[in-house]
Amino acid sequence: MLRLVLNRLLLGLVTVALASAIIFGAVEALPGDACVAVLQRDAVGQRLANCRHDLGLDRPALTRYLGWAAGAVQGDLGVSAGSGRPIAALLGERLRNTLLLAGLTLAVGVPLALLLGVLGGLRRDGALDIVLSTGGILAMTIPEFVSATVLIFVFSIWLGWVPGIVVAAPGAPLADFFPGIVLPVAVLTMVMTAHILRTIRSSVIEVMASDFVRMAVLKGVPYARIVWRHALPSALLPAINVIALTIAWLLGGVVVVEKVFNYPGLGRFMIDSITERDLPVVQALALLVASVYVGVNLAADLLTLLLDPRLRTHRAGG
Amino acid sequence: MKIAGDDVPLIGITDLSVGFTTRAGVVAPVLRNIGLVVRRGETVGLVGESGSGKSTLALVAMGYLKAGLRVLGGGVRFAGQDMLAGDGVAAIRGGRLALIPQNAGQALTPTIRIGAQIAEALRLHSTLPRADHAARVVELLARVRLPTPGALVTRYPHELSGGQQQRVAIAMALAGEPEALLLDEPTTGLDVTTQAHVLELLRDLAASSGMAMVYVSHDLGAVARVCARVAVMYAGEIVAEGSARQILRTPSHPYARGLIAAIPVLGEARLPVPLDGRPPAPGAVGEGCSFAPRCGLAEAGCLTARGALVPAPGGGVVRCRRADAAVRLPMRRDGALRLALEFDGGGGVLGLDAIAVSYARRSLWDQITRAPRDAAPVVDGITLTLRPGETIGLVGESGSGKSTILKSIAGLIGPLRGSIDLAGVALAPRVAQRDVGVLRRVQLIFQNPDESLNPRQTIAEILAQPLGLYFGLSGAALRARSIELLAQVRLGGHYLDRLPAQLSGGEKQRVAVARAFAADPDVVLCDEVTSALDVSVQAAVLGLLDDLRRERRTACIFVSHDLGVVRALADRVVVLYQGRICESGPADAVYGLPSHPYTEALLGAVLEPDPDHAPRLLAADIVEHGPPARGCAFQNRCHRRLGGICATDAPPAHEIGDGHVIRCHIPPATLAAAQAAP
Ligand SMILES: Nc1ncnc2c1ncn2[C@@H]1O[C@H](COP(=O)(O)OP(=O)(O)OP(=O)(O)O)[C@@H](O)[C@H]1O
Ligand code: SF4
Ligand code: SF4
Ligand SMILES: [Mg+2]
Repeated sequence: MLRLVLNRLLLGLVTVALASAIIFGAVEALPGDACVAVLQRDAVGQRLANCRHDLGLDRPALTRYLGWAAGAVQGDLGVSAGSGRPIAALLGERLRNTLLLAGLTLAVGVPLALLLGVLGGLRRDGALDIVLSTGGILAMTIPEFVSATVLIFVFSIWLGWVPGIVVAAPGAPLADFFPGIVLPVAVLTMVMTAHILRTIRSSVIEVMASDFVRMAVLKGVPYARIVWRHALPSALLPAINVIALTIAWLLGGVVVVEKVFNYPGLGRFMIDSITERDLPVVQALALLVASVYVGVNLAADLLTLLLDPRLRTHRAGG
Repeated sequence: MKIAGDDVPLIGITDLSVGFTTRAGVVAPVLRNIGLVVRRGETVGLVGESGSGKSTLALVAMGYLKAGLRVLGGGVRFAGQDMLAGDGVAAIRGGRLALIPQNAGQALTPTIRIGAQIAEALRLHSTLPRADHAARVVELLARVRLPTPGALVTRYPHELSGGQQQRVAIAMALAGEPEALLLDEPTTGLDVTTQAHVLELLRDLAASSGMAMVYVSHDLGAVARVCARVAVMYAGEIVAEGSARQILRTPSHPYARGLIAAIPVLGEARLPVPLDGRPPAPGAVGEGCSFAPRCGLAEAGCLTARGALVPAPGGGVVRCRRADAAVRLPMRRDGALRLALEFDGGGGVLGLDAIAVSYARRSLWDQITRAPRDAAPVVDGITLTLRPGETIGLVGESGSGKSTILKSIAGLIGPLRGSIDLAGVALAPRVAQRDVGVLRRVQLIFQNPDESLNPRQTIAEILAQPLGLYFGLSGAALRARSIELLAQVRLGGHYLDRLPAQLSGGEKQRVAVARAFAADPDVVLCDEVTSALDVSVQAAVLGLLDDLRRERRTACIFVSHDLGVVRALADRVVVLYQGRICESGPADAVYGLPSHPYTEALLGAVLEPDPDHAPRLLAADIVEHGPPARGCAFQNRCHRRLGGICATDAPPAHEIGDGHVIRCHIPPATLAAAQAAP
């Protein structure tokens, strides 16, 4: 068991290290560098050389990669080519905002998806199930900017209940994000719930048809207890991985929603840095997103390992 | 009629019909006019082939219908209580009437510890005070003879072996102190030795507690061991019923006789006799006798009127108007003695030299810490030579490495050590490194045709693959050759345009055989090719393989856990335990004396369809997860173990003559003497 965990951790670290090398290599392979990008027309002669010297761009690539990686491990991601501020501080603010958005979405969406998914699965082809299935498909297929626009139109323009845009600056206190954050959370919740709900519904249907549920019926176990004690622990396991993917998606920056609602999270930061060709920031963001993916999936694997007794011990026989 | 307690049968099923409505709107009965009475303490067997309705009947006795089914008529009562009316049924289920399922591994909830699952049954059905439940759980586990019951309660189902899971299911059923047990193929997935132990346990329970049992099985041997009374089912109806002795010794229904003739026997190398045709699908039964299309005795009257159950000549009842003629049918019809092939002195077509295979994956962590390679690989020291036209049977319990050996020959896993040659030329270890000509010469047939045939390809497309790849056939030539191949496996050319789903299990397996033989191979590797089939179909597939062997001199390695099946087909037999060869030699020698202690245990555990046959339980019923690092592989279960030497030294190979080899520290003469004495 311990060895298994160590193995996964090791594999995760190797993946992140590889990702960092690939990201660095990719940015390196782009024509021009941060100084060329920022100085634009002035990128000639001494100014260019000075800028490059300041940012350390005149050293060999390998030295720079190692320096960057060593810095990243200690939380030092270098400075933004555009503003000259430390990237870690810039990133920190946006990360906080993204965490707020993702946290609220998960807090609403996960319980909702679990509840509806289980109910739909138990009453397969019932009225609720049909409504949920149709609604789920709609939520998944309608592009986020369309549903965002519709929500803004209905709730902020027409009914005037909540603002349709977030006006807080990236570093503003969290309270400033309310109530503007309500609509972005609603849009994200819809998409996320639809995905998780589908997985849970089909896994509940499958488990309710399993031999062990039938055995529980024939053992005389009451229905509520069959669902709660016999079926759900197995039925909810597949949800862990879908939830992990959703978390990674939320933390990796929900570009469209942040752009539509002017929300200062990682997604918008990414878009802005790309348009400004602020390569050190893009590089740091990519590394962050890669680490989040690896970390969340690792957490999901370990959680599954913890919750599913079948995975914890080695299978007998061969 | 007086209603005194003793007259009310425990289980009373009267004129019960169950069925479903097909998409075409037709009502298709799955059970037809079933009448069955089980009194207190009685043991009744329900036998019949797959699809005959045995499980449906057992479940409906609990008042449970699988999704889609409904009761068309008749009733089910348990001790007077109507099991088809909702009230009071849940209190009986799992309490006074308990089910033991076929596959306990899937019927136990994977996320709940076994102690808690049994305690749940106690809470629901036992009158014991809550405080005593924990102790009672341990007591129940001990009662089904599980080792260290106190430690088992905290285990999860997957941490137990198949036999142990089955015992847990039995313990759970016993929790409510049932008056009757329903057992749906309770030993079907188990190894022979484990099955024999579980059956003995059930027999003892029935005898000691006075519980009634309804035992559902396709295995007449198991039914013969446990049941006093037997009902034979065919196409959803009971066609014969009587004492186990009457049904097994002097059956008076042609179907029952055919079933018994289709079972391979250990005594001699005889091919079992298949039953022609196949059972009708639900709803497809005509007006007359449901067995008429397959019956050799059928006469005009059989086709028009469905007979009633009438007293049978040998006792019991039978649904056949010609029962008097049926009892005179020979039981072991011309069941041909198997003809041995003449072997010319030439070399082998396939040779294995000291093959070892390991599944242990070296994880990243192992590679960094430089952990040593697998010290005890799952398969080790396998040396054998297959001669042209010869069939070698590979037997052993699950986990003995039978399939692993086939996979390494087929190149699906590379061996850790050792080499394989095909007619003297070394084979590349992995399938990707072998050229097409070599691939053609070695073909594999799998256990489950459903998994090995692509459901979206027609039979023509399935056969076209090898014919196109190896022989470049196309167009009319391809079609002609495909029809020829189908004819060899006794299927008509009209099957070419069908999909696998439109074929029965036996027909699918025949297509799989045809596909293998399409490559005109030198060697076919058969992995439990008949285990998923009914006995009558199994007999047909065995006959087919034997014909092909004789016509084309194709050599074959035939893997099976069923010693009777191997007896019917193999020239030579290799007995494996934990991936090590225990005994090998000509079939007659291996099935005769002296035997390796493991072979002895396997043969002792085999059940015969004979009420007077009792298995001998020799080997300890424990599960091993891997071979021991040193000494004899069988040391932990051996009933003849000598002591220290068995634990430290690998047993020597004693050659007894004619290639018969026993690997045991006990000399063959001593074994022979000990085994000859009763
Ligand atoms: N839920 C269902 N809906 C419709 N038909 C069914 C259903 N379950 C079983 N059947 C059909 O009823 C018949 C009897 O099935 P049953 O499972 O009782 O057979 P069995 O004798 O137990 O077979 P086996 O030996 O394979 O377990 C089969 O033809 C099967 O296809
Ligand atoms: S009634 Fe006729 S067809 Fe049916 S089993 Fe008897 S002889 Fe055969
Ligand atoms: S070597 Fe020993 S343990 Fe192995 S089979 Fe012979 S007597 Fe039994
Ligand atoms: Mg069945």
